[in-house]
Amino acid sequence: MEALRAVDGRAIPFGRENVDTDLIIPARWLKTISREGLGEGAFEALRASDPDNIFDQPEYTGAPILVAGDNFGCGSSREHAAWALLDMGIRAVIAPSFSDIFAGNAFKNGILTVALPQTAIDRLMEVAATDPISIDLEAQSVTTPFQDRFSFEIDPFRKECLLQGLDEVGLTLARDAAITDYETRLANARPWLARGTAAAA
Amino acid sequence: MASKPRTLYEKIWDSHVVERRDDGTCLIFIDRHLVHEVTSPQAFEALRIAGRKVRRTDLTLAVPDHNLPTTARLDAHGQHVPIADPQSAQQLATLEKNVADFGIRYFNATAREQGIVHVVGPEQGFSLPGSTIVCGDSHTASHGGIGALAFGIGTSEVEHVLATQTLLLTPSKSMEVRVEGLLGPGVTPKDLILHIIGVLGTAGGTGHVIEYRGKVFEEMSVEGRLTVSNMSIEAGARAGLIAPDETTLAYLKGRPLAPQGAEWDAAVKYWRTLHTDPGAEFDTSVLINAADIAPTVTWGTSPEDVVPITGSVPSPGSFADPSKQQAAAKSLEYMGLVPGTPMTEIPVQNIFIGSCTNSRIEDLRAAAEVLRGRRIASNIKWAIVVPGSGLVKEQAEAEGLDKVFTDAGMEWREPGCSACLGMNPDKVPPGESCASTSNRNFMGRQGPGARTHLVSPAMAAAAAVTGRLADVRDFQREDA
Repeated sequence: MEALRAVDGRAIPFGRENVDTDLIIPARWLKTISREGLGEGAFEALRASDPDNIFDQPEYTGAPILVAGDNFGCGSSREHAAWALLDMGIRAVIAPSFSDIFAGNAFKNGILTVALPQTAIDRLMEVAATDPISIDLEAQSVTTPFQDRFSFEIDPFRKECLLQGLDEVGLTLARDAAITDYETRLANARPWLARGTAAAA
Repeated sequence: MASKPRTLYEKIWDSHVVERRDDGTCLIFIDRHLVHEVTSPQAFEALRIAGRKVRRTDLTLAVPDHNLPTTARLDAHGQHVPIADPQSAQQLATLEKNVADFGIRYFNATAREQGIVHVVGPEQGFSLPGSTIVCGDSHTASHGGIGALAFGIGTSEVEHVLATQTLLLTPSKSMEVRVEGLLGPGVTPKDLILHIIGVLGTAGGTGHVIEYRGKVFEEMSVEGRLTVSNMSIEAGARAGLIAPDETTLAYLKGRPLAPQGAEWDAAVKYWRTLHTDPGAEFDTSVLINAADIAPTVTWGTSPEDVVPITGSVPSPGSFADPSKQQAAAKSLEYMGLVPGTPMTEIPVQNIFIGSCTNSRIEDLRAAAEVLRGRRIASNIKWAIVVPGSGLVKEQAEAEGLDKVFTDAGMEWREPGCSACLGMNPDKVPPGESCASTSNRNFMGRQGPGARTHLVSPAMAAAAAVTGRLADVRDFQREDA
């Protein structure tokens, strides 16, 4: 994962609530075996049905921030949604709340999810129409050129991983002894679980 | 020392903690990992690039389901019919190479055990009470119906589980959905969960694991419990749980991968401890009255957009919240519906009976019961029944259900995810409506421009007969 300390730039004032991952990237794009190139399919249905949609406005091309409504990323667990946003150039999404799975997928791909109250979202939507927004992960704050300042919470572990660009699989593999120890305990305490597909025929 | 009363969720969580970090994050052991072709290719690729192997091939089971066409998979000479779509074919070939390279147990496209991953897990006895189960698919919540802590994960987490058999997680909050009373005639587990989602809202369960409690669940079959838990994610919850009981034990006993002999006895002893202790506290509790629930359908483009079949299309103005009003107006425009229209006057041109929500044997029996001796309406252009697995298909055929469906004018297909999300050729055409037993009515879910009404299998059958949404209670047979 690429390290992330701050995200500065234009923010797409999307604002929509309950954005599901089918909307972010429709199923036909899930047939790929790669993580690349999914930006082309991002919000495909919206873009096709509305020529004036926000994503195709030239001023927002490559904008690193997306501002959305409550419950962003609900529905399917497809990580393709995070890959599509990343391919569009998005490094942070600001919304009142996120679905659990999407928030996890975003984090694994170095996309920061910032949860702020609806009043802050309303203000950022206003600012985003004309001006850039700054997110400082270290300080856990979102600021605008108009002296607005909003603080946000983030899980300390996720913050650390993002700041340092840590490889989580590598981190966990380093805990091999603890996992092996657990496996031994499992095999003794609940052998039927330890057996899996090797169950007696 | 008396220990603090714990919820079922806490018991399963506690028994899977490998390590607890100071910040509260836990390394959680994963007992069962289900793998399918769509969300795994990039995970296996990452393992290859890093030179890593699959830690526990014996706790991993793979089966293709999303891309497979549901038309015949073998030709008249018993040869495999190739998948026409080159991308789908590539994704399947990639899975087959990955399971061979990494040594993972695999049910191929023509195996009788093949099916939708969430139907296969419980059916094989691979999914067990008290286990942690993950899959790169949000409907992994299904397995909560047998008392497993089961949730969907993204591809990076699939990679993490393949490499380490663990996940780094923070504990969820716990929610109790308590249902008082029993379901009325014609009201099924699907109607119940649609109603619950309507009450909770699509984000109501965010950050929570829901435990479903009450007599209605105790009296429900395992198939019904899987249906309820399956749609927990549609209320935003990561997982659902229903405590295992005698019904669960009877369902699991003798399944190919379930424990046997002395090990079965030891497992049963342990499983009987898997319930929420008296006095244990939930972070949130919601009470539902079963008597309030009619057969339930969706009118809009979110699973929370539910209404009793006896109701009508709501007006955007009927919602208090301005953003909900706006969303409702958009939904109605997409669905081509006029406020005030009785739900039973909404025509449908397509019927889909299937998906991980409703493709088990009981679902097919319920649909067949309505269709027996009847024909689908003349305005129905496409009506397919897609069993959840090859074994469900065999069972249904042994009971003659396939004949009931084909006699009624419906198509009897091969197992897979099919028109639930239209990754294979099964799609609903733009602008047409579908009475669907699946789980999501999102815009474009069943195909670009497709209009979905979520219903139970019996209600889908009733809609097939009338050519519009219908109240299955009007189909009760005299002799029943």
